[in-house]
Amino acid sequence: MAKKKAAVSIRECVACGCCIKVCPRNTITVPNGIHAVINRELCIGCGKCVKECPASIISLEVTE
Amino acid sequence: MKRKKKWYDYLWIASLTYLILGFFNILFAWLGLFCFFIPLAIAVIKGNKAYCNKYCGRGQLFSLVGGRFGLSRKKDIPGWIRSGYFRYGFLIFFFVMFFLMLWNTWLVFAGAKNLGAVVTLLWTFKLPWHWAYHGTLFSDGVAQFAFGFYSVMLTSTVLGFLTMALFKPRSWCVYCPMGTMTQLICKAKNVTTSQKQ
Repeated sequence: MAKKKAAVSIRECVACGCCIKVCPRNTITVPNGIHAVINRELCIGCGKCVKECPASIISLEVTE
Repeated sequence: MKRKKKWYDYLWIASLTYLILGFFNILFAWLGLFCFFIPLAIAVIKGNKAYCNKYCGRGQLFSLVGGRFGLSRKKDIPGWIRSGYFRYGFLIFFFVMFFLMLWNTWLVFAGAKNLGAVVTLLWTFKLPWHWAYHGTLFSDGVAQFAFGFYSVMLTSTVLGFLTMALFKPRSWCVYCPMGTMTQLICKAKNVTTSQKQ
């Protein structure tokens, strides 16, 4: 079955970090305050960050 | 897996207290400078946005009111608000209005202008606020700055609550001038450090 993983549109990310707090697996960081980075190995594609992102620039992408 | 609450998860109480104190004694507005200097210091010294990510009490307040209390439509923010043009434009506008406020404060300090005991909401509406002014030990300029600074803080809170209600709870974060500025500092710092390597 196709897996879904969260993906950030880094160009539009404002690096607010709202996504960090809602991620149940602590897979999101904002290194150097530039944009959010999601560890796709750990992401379970729950979509919580997608809902939370105030700029709506995180989406779920099919990976396989 | 629920994240254990840390002390900084309660900073929304400080933000709320700040707003309330401004209704009783305007001089408390000076405390708002912490919300200006701490994020800038973190961005300049540490090169990250830990303030936005962890410590911003205002963001937490919007999360609480819009999220837990459900006072947000939780709709997507329009594309133009998250565009660079708007974010940087708003930052510049905010800066200009901030310097006008500083100029006004200077005029009162210099004795060229009388103290205006008003809070200007949305840069337009002058709300009488004399009941929160009980005199100052120093120059009237000290109070003028407090009125001006509280105007900035109240205006941004009102805008934040408005976009919280219309869009997602923390929509303010998308166009927050402090957030835009600290992100710019982080980007600039990253460019210089990567050039050094």
